[in-house]
Amino acid sequence: MTERSTDELTQLLDQATRTGDGLNTENKITIIAWGGDLDRIWPTLILSTTAAASGMEASVFFTFWGLFTLVKPGVRITGDNWMQKMLSVMNPGNPSKAKLSRYHFAGAGPGMMKKLAKDYKTPLPSELLEMAQDMGVRLIPCQMTMDLLGLKRDDLIDGLEEPIGAATALLEMKNAAIQLFI
Amino acid sequence: MDVITRTVDARGQSCPGPLVTLAKALKESARGDLLELLATDPGSRSDVPSWATISGNQLLESDELEDGSFRYVVRKA
Repeated sequence: MTERSTDELTQLLDQATRTGDGLNTENKITIIAWGGDLDRIWPTLILSTTAAASGMEASVFFTFWGLFTLVKPGVRITGDNWMQKMLSVMNPGNPSKAKLSRYHFAGAGPGMMKKLAKDYKTPLPSELLEMAQDMGVRLIPCQMTMDLLGLKRDDLIDGLEEPIGAATALLEMKNAAIQLFI
Repeated sequence: MDVITRTVDARGQSCPGPLVTLAKALKESARGDLLELLATDPGSRSDVPSWATISGNQLLESDELEDGSFRYVVRKA
């Protein structure tokens, strides 16, 4: 094995960064928000908002259960058939209604989390969603999930980007320095 | 001696509050402006330097004040 000095390695890394060989170079984070749980949506919104506040481009692609995060607060039952309607009842949209992945205790868990958040002055996910939009985080719904779950553009909050498909989501991720699936 | 252009009071806010408040104030500032950030979030001790590294703004000072709160001075790049 060839031994290289730290200087040499640093030089190689610099070169690779400049040419983009094998490294993602865009100052950008893309998060695939797959889960709709309160304890998934929360870090997703914190990370993307902080990235935007740090001058990074930040985009979040909402798919499957994550998409319910973007449902307007007032909208309850969505969908065209009983299956989609049932899904919307089981997954009340909007982060203020999201469930915890553990310690849910029939809603007592999220209630306690929100009380803790208030006591410790941590922004709630519903506030973070506004903050994210305010900071210019790009919120992108998944077209296929919208079709599958029966969510229409009018069921979702304002200020979203046009719905996209898997290939466009991949393109978002491809050049981003950070890609996460939460 | 450089003069502080603006003081951003983020005391009482928790992650990511102080950074969002700072970023907003920075957006309204000019290049080279000095912004003073006041915070009580202990996480800001690591977060403000990290934010400076990512955003390319310059962190000039970081102090812990007598009341246990924190003070940072940032120069807009």
